[in-house]
Amino acid sequence: MKKIVLMGNPNVGKSVVFSRLTGADVLASNYPGTTIDFSRGHMSLGKEKYQVIDAPGTYSLEPTNRAEEVSIKILKKADIILNVLDATNLERNLYLCLQLLEMGKPQLVALNMWDETKHQGIDIDVAELSKFLGIKVIPTVALTGSGISQVVENLADCRPAIVKWKKNDSGRWKRIGEIVSNVQILTHRHHTLKDRISEATIKPITGIPISILVIILTFWLVRIIGEGLINYAMNPLFDLLTSPLMELSYVIEEHRFIHDMLIGKLIDGEIDYTQSMGMLTTGLYMPVGMVMPYIASFYFMLAILEDTGYLPRMSTLADNIFHKLGMHGHGIISVFLGVGCNVPGALATRNLVTRKQRFIAATLLSISVPCMAQTALIFGILGRYGLGYIFLVFLILISIYLGAGLILNRFIKGESPEIFLEVPPYRRPPIKVILKKTWMRVKWFLTEAVPFMFLGVLIINVFYSLGILDLLADTLSPFMGFWLGLPGEATPALLIGFLRKDLAVGMLISLDLSAMQLVIASVILTIYFPCVATFAVLLKELGGKDMLKASGIMVLTALLVGGLLRFTLLGI
Amino acid sequence: MRMSALKEKMDATVRMLKGGPIFQRKLRCIGLREGKVIKILARQPFGGPIVVQVDGRSITLGRHMARKIVVEVV
Repeated sequence: MKKIVLMGNPNVGKSVVFSRLTGADVLASNYPGTTIDFSRGHMSLGKEKYQVIDAPGTYSLEPTNRAEEVSIKILKKADIILNVLDATNLERNLYLCLQLLEMGKPQLVALNMWDETKHQGIDIDVAELSKFLGIKVIPTVALTGSGISQVVENLADCRPAIVKWKKNDSGRWKRIGEIVSNVQILTHRHHTLKDRISEATIKPITGIPISILVIILTFWLVRIIGEGLINYAMNPLFDLLTSPLMELSYVIEEHRFIHDMLIGKLIDGEIDYTQSMGMLTTGLYMPVGMVMPYIASFYFMLAILEDTGYLPRMSTLADNIFHKLGMHGHGIISVFLGVGCNVPGALATRNLVTRKQRFIAATLLSISVPCMAQTALIFGILGRYGLGYIFLVFLILISIYLGAGLILNRFIKGESPEIFLEVPPYRRPPIKVILKKTWMRVKWFLTEAVPFMFLGVLIINVFYSLGILDLLADTLSPFMGFWLGLPGEATPALLIGFLRKDLAVGMLISLDLSAMQLVIASVILTIYFPCVATFAVLLKELGGKDMLKASGIMVLTALLVGGLLRFTLLGI
Repeated sequence: MRMSALKEKMDATVRMLKGGPIFQRKLRCIGLREGKVIKILARQPFGGPIVVQVDGRSITLGRHMARKIVVEVV
């Protein structure tokens, strides 16, 4: 099958064009480096079927990070190139465009964000640009779909260009100068409100307080929306489910094993959704009733931060701190995504430049960033003791992130290059786009998490009936008690944490722990090891040797912090 | 003078790029080329990065990188 590859600078809207062409949903945002891997989709042109590949953005064909390497590798396989240009930033986009034309492959230019040119005082003569480049140029607005049908019409029979410039840097820049002076007229525009907001949010004196407010507001809203969904949607829904489940419980009561599997244990003759540990009770309630509401509210807020273009501002403001931790400011993206789920967080480390930076970012992420699923359960179990305990958990985790980062920066060999990042203009994302993006991620959570949760509940029940859980609890009881101040029964939770951290936190509910013990257990569950999904991604990203090192650091940190917390929070 | 020495809100023209060829290409590709008029939008404290505007776009770059860009104040 012939391959069409989408190429272009970062943040020009390639992923939105891709979604339009293929109908496949991929995540798109307003910051450079959203796409860190390629996505494939299909489209038909006439009778022929084509494979369409969305590649990470790059400024030139000489890669400067892992994501760009991916894209240059894919380019080699292209039969047709669809070069997406940002019409509001033509001059800079032309460098890659000329390099692509030099490859002699058939290509087409989509001049995207065409709608924004007018109010930015940019006037581009499309016909003239097309003449200069020697290939067809089509103005598009991918977000609304305008121009996409012309792209489709012209893709199958586009041609390679005839290169009329010297194929080196000075030749290209000279050509770009000629093109821009002939096809583009810029008129001066006034300082707009957007510019003012942009300035206020990136200057340290106003930007830092604003960013702190934004973070507080974001998490406050995540909590409010999440709790609202639980109280007014999920709990009433599961209340309706109780009586049919109770009926089922009577019917299968005789078959002990099946009953334990599906319904679990009845607590005082009733189903307890958080403690029964049956697949249809806890196995369903935890992911859908307790976690999903927070996942939905978090991703809703994250989509707003992503699509307005706020995140690169935060990267800029946080650069100082992140540089001291051996990364640069863009490392904050991996933290933000990691707060949702560690898997995309780990993938986002590709935006960092060196092995040292990626290693530190990935290790810190798995040590001290709890995913939203785990956080939801921490809210669930600690919320009743007061917000102070939840703050304590996060305070400890933030301290570990900073402390471990400072140490790793000293001891991990390698360079940590400075930040180099384009800050996109603010955009107002349509609510439809935000909701769709939220839904995509919630759907991903449901299809990825629920099966694992079932598996976890299944394992717990099988192990329990075989007596393995009790054996584990007894064997490790002295260690758990002495070093972490936890009962031996908490051991299975720590083990199941490798499968799903939320389920692990949930298993603590039935243990009758004190608030401080819950704080310690929540922290240890975050630190000691990533869940299996994150582990797989990290193994791929870091390689076996570095992953082994990272794992050692995780276990060591867990033991150290665990011991320290046990003696400071619980006393001798 | 060097871009790293520019104060907030100052306008300047890029005159010369220093550093290795790969670094120079990186700067040019993001828009920081000889002859471009730039404006400092913000300087982050404690040796943090500089935010510079060129062609209506903002770019964040580290202080050491900014030291390799020779500018002339307009």
